[in-house]
Amino acid sequence: MNIITCVKQVPASSQVDVDPDTGVLIRDGNNVKMNPYDLYALELSFQLRDKRAGSTVHTVTMGPPSARQVLLESFFMGGDEATLVSDPRFAGADVLATAYTLSQLIRTIGNFDVVVCGKQTTDGDTAQVGPEIAEFLGIPHVPYVIDILNVTDRGMRVRSIYDAHDEIVDVAFPCLITVEKGHLVPRLPSYRRKLAYRDHPIGLVALSDLVDPNPDHYGLKGSPTQVEAIFPPDKRTESVRHTGTKTELAQTLFDLLKESKYV
Amino acid sequence: MYTKIRNRDLKVFEDIVGAAHVHVGAAIDADLAHDELGTVAAQPEVHLVVTDKHQIEAIMTHCNQEKIPVTVRGSGTGLVGACVPIHGGVLLDMSKLNKIIELDPLNMTLRVEPGVLLMDIAEYVEKQGFLYAPDPGEKSATIGGNIATNAGGMRAVKYGVTRDWVRGLEVVLPSGERIVTGGKVVKNSTGYAIKDLIIGSEGTLGIIVEATLKLIPLPNKSVSLLVPFDSREQAIDAVPKIIANHALPTAVEFLEKDSLAFSEEFLGKQIPHADYPAYLLLSYDGNSDQQMEDDVNAISSFCIDELGAIDVYLVDTDERKQSVWSARGAFLEAIKSSTTEIDECDVVLPRVHINEFLKFTKNLSRELGVRIPYFGHAGDGNLHIYFCRDELSEQKWQKALEIGFDKMYDKAFELGGLVSGEHGIGYAKKAYMERQVGPAQMTLMRGIKQVFDPNNILNPGKILS
Repeated sequence: MNIITCVKQVPASSQVDVDPDTGVLIRDGNNVKMNPYDLYALELSFQLRDKRAGSTVHTVTMGPPSARQVLLESFFMGGDEATLVSDPRFAGADVLATAYTLSQLIRTIGNFDVVVCGKQTTDGDTAQVGPEIAEFLGIPHVPYVIDILNVTDRGMRVRSIYDAHDEIVDVAFPCLITVEKGHLVPRLPSYRRKLAYRDHPIGLVALSDLVDPNPDHYGLKGSPTQVEAIFPPDKRTESVRHTGTKTELAQTLFDLLKESKYV
Repeated sequence: MYTKIRNRDLKVFEDIVGAAHVHVGAAIDADLAHDELGTVAAQPEVHLVVTDKHQIEAIMTHCNQEKIPVTVRGSGTGLVGACVPIHGGVLLDMSKLNKIIELDPLNMTLRVEPGVLLMDIAEYVEKQGFLYAPDPGEKSATIGGNIATNAGGMRAVKYGVTRDWVRGLEVVLPSGERIVTGGKVVKNSTGYAIKDLIIGSEGTLGIIVEATLKLIPLPNKSVSLLVPFDSREQAIDAVPKIIANHALPTAVEFLEKDSLAFSEEFLGKQIPHADYPAYLLLSYDGNSDQQMEDDVNAISSFCIDELGAIDVYLVDTDERKQSVWSARGAFLEAIKSSTTEIDECDVVLPRVHINEFLKFTKNLSRELGVRIPYFGHAGDGNLHIYFCRDELSEQKWQKALEIGFDKMYDKAFELGGLVSGEHGIGYAKKAYMERQVGPAQMTLMRGIKQVFDPNNILNPGKILS
């Protein structure tokens, strides 16, 4: 089985600066990490691979040349192959252009059974790239997957988690799934794998290598999204004071926690 | 004997701290009668909440005159009963004396009142690019309590313990006099080290009303390494070699499958790579990516090539740190929730003897028929060993504690260990300390107490009988 897993390098800190003119994130190449959701996408990919002998996990990312780091990390965690799709003309891509670029890369690699994405990234937060890749590829997708229940030659049965219910879904190959955080325990990068894989080749794909090399379909040009305005989030915090007897206060606290879905 | 508190004493206290801050009888919160572990319990006669050091001077002047015992309490997170008012009297609650007074960025010091919580100090100084390095597990402890027990914590391997980070203290003596010892200075060769006598004195010599702490620039990078081994012995044998070999780790924690299982059950989640018999969890800090990577590569190769580690896993991002350290952080709570009652032993040993001591503990557990989980700061030789009562009857439990603790401390002493690494002596460990230090040192300690507190009113019955 051939598994293609999409990962992304994101800012390592939640203190992210935004260019006030363009609304584009200012990326600091020194303070980056793998998107936390992708740790779960990779873990699920490795577990899926281990269910079928002879399977491989091929990790892909779109980004500047420095994004090779996140592919190396995927080797150290357990990945078998990796490809970076990188071209200056990809800059400024919105959700749609990003999904299109990745779908083109996946077509270029070809011969896949499953595409695995993290549910969303911690910088963009849209959770749309995965499903849009599936649409561009014309394959079914299942979002919010937390577990693989069964795999056959033709498809698999997965468990998806929603706010109020879980779904068990049979999906035929080829397909795409997005993976939710929290259920699996992502493995850590291994030093033994680092020694074995640090010089392992990483594929490099540019715009001209893609099935569709028309530059108008990529980057800022291929992005229908227009940023109208950008402003920092409201950081005010408000406090409310509750008074009452111990019993009343306990009830109030319980109600508040329940209302906020903590209990 | 001590004077029982009378209405006229209450009147004096009300004049000093205000009636709203004087609690008696049923108005005293029941939790103020014990500490975190709860094995020692006693009600205070009056609970006074202080908000100003001059109130403490006035209270001590009165109590010294009237022979009223006074016990100081911070957050009550201790484990040896040091803050329990075993002779009744006044419980002096420092939790509202909790202002951060001054961060001096050039002298790199922080002046704080004693009731400031450790977690608040960390947040305050780290925001401004500084580090106060002592890192005891209980972040809701007060800095006053930390100083009074000379708390240690996980970063002691590299950064030392609380004592190494206290530059100066302001202290109210049992007589009510206020003294300043040390200050913002780096060196001090000025007479007897009164500051260092107060540190670790568990509220028996004086009341800390202000502390000047040392800060360092905050290292901006940190990584941990999870290093699995085939056996406990192999993991622990590796510790002194890791510390001697290369970049000094900030922390070296020892994890074993059994104790991890408690945490995993308690937290309802697994750590990554949870299926090995034993682990070391190493932490390193630094200021450049390149330096960190070089250090990590060197120590990882050393662990695999020289020390027999199965692999070395990198714990570098916030979510990875959370996935591993949350299990380590939950040990005490997890062990507590696994049983009906616990008692603890906080011995510290020369690093090279940890294996022998743990083997002894395992045998003792079998011999006594008592479950004795443990975890430890392998890097500084400080073990936290817990006797779990489970379903034992009171009589059998007490007997097991008596025999078990005697044997464990005797073994520790034989190996050059000490009664307490970081929790203190308090009420619970007095007998063991006396046995260890012998009559000459006990005479010195009693003499010191006598000079500071001739009427024996400040936290009587603690450390010394």
